[in-house]
Amino acid sequence: MYKVAVIGDRESVLGFKAIGITVYDTEDIEESKKYLHELVNDNYAIIYITEQLAYEMIDDIDRYKDEMLPAIIPIPNKDGATGRGMDNVKKAVERAVGADILFGGDK
Amino acid sequence: MERMNVNPTRMMLTSLKKRLKTATRGHKLMKDKRDELMKEFLELARENGRLRSEVERGLQRVYNHFSLASAIMSHEVMQESLMFPKQGINISVETKNIMSVNVPIFDFKTTAEDPTDIYPYGFARTSGELDSAIDAMSSILPKLLDLAAKEKEVALLAAELEKTRRRVNALEYVMIPRLQVTIRYIAMKLDENERGNQTRLMKVKDMMLKEAIEERREKMS
Repeated sequence: MYKVAVIGDRESVLGFKAIGITVYDTEDIEESKKYLHELVNDNYAIIYITEQLAYEMIDDIDRYKDEMLPAIIPIPNKDGATGRGMDNVKKAVERAVGADILFGGDK
Repeated sequence: MERMNVNPTRMMLTSLKKRLKTATRGHKLMKDKRDELMKEFLELARENGRLRSEVERGLQRVYNHFSLASAIMSHEVMQESLMFPKQGINISVETKNIMSVNVPIFDFKTTAEDPTDIYPYGFARTSGELDSAIDAMSSILPKLLDLAAKEKEVALLAAELEKTRRRVNALEYVMIPRLQVTIRYIAMKLDENERGNQTRLMKVKDMMLKEAIEERREKMS
């Protein structure tokens, strides 16, 4: 059985605990990197990371990009979506097709 | 296109022809794979985009609820209330194969005994805002998990598509033209040799004839 975790600042991720997602609250990049690598080796299938943190540790996240598990998904934090999560989707399209033909490139 | 550096022999010609045949066949197959992947991918990516904006909006609503709740309740009470969740999620992962790409499918089971009673606190010290926040949270959970699966699928397909696209292009614009040029080169070279041989033989025959005529003439005189 696999588990689900979320990494982010305390205010944002507090609620996730109530629905059974394991919560790691931190605002420190190094700390969240450490959490991320621990979680990857520990049976977590899905790891949500707030966009703000995910952006800072993109290299660490990209390391697991081509593996089937875990899925590392950026989510907006309490300050609202920055559009970086959506950029990920756009980037995937760009990577596959060569140009962003779906989302019109409106940043 | 520059030709390969090979010896122009008949054997090489045969093996190159065989390689060209394989390359052409491979190119066709790869192209089909690319087209099919592309079809699959575009649909998925579009859905992924839609799902993501939905989840982002949903999460925003959840955050709003939570900030309302935390404005009404003290920080400590809030922490305390959420300390021991009643609800848990177990994810089971199955794999689906799309054009030889393994993508995960997440199936989840919640572990709460009573799905209507997921609030991990007594109602005496907490406000109603927290209830609706948790309610909103748990209603967005299926979408959140769905998003994770979709996004992973899109990322994996994108990687495979990129690889396939590169292979198709390499075959189409490098391998196949180079093979064709080399094959033509060897064929020309062999033909040239053949013609050279022919003229040499004719020349030799000419010379032999001349000699024979000469000899006979001497005998006659």
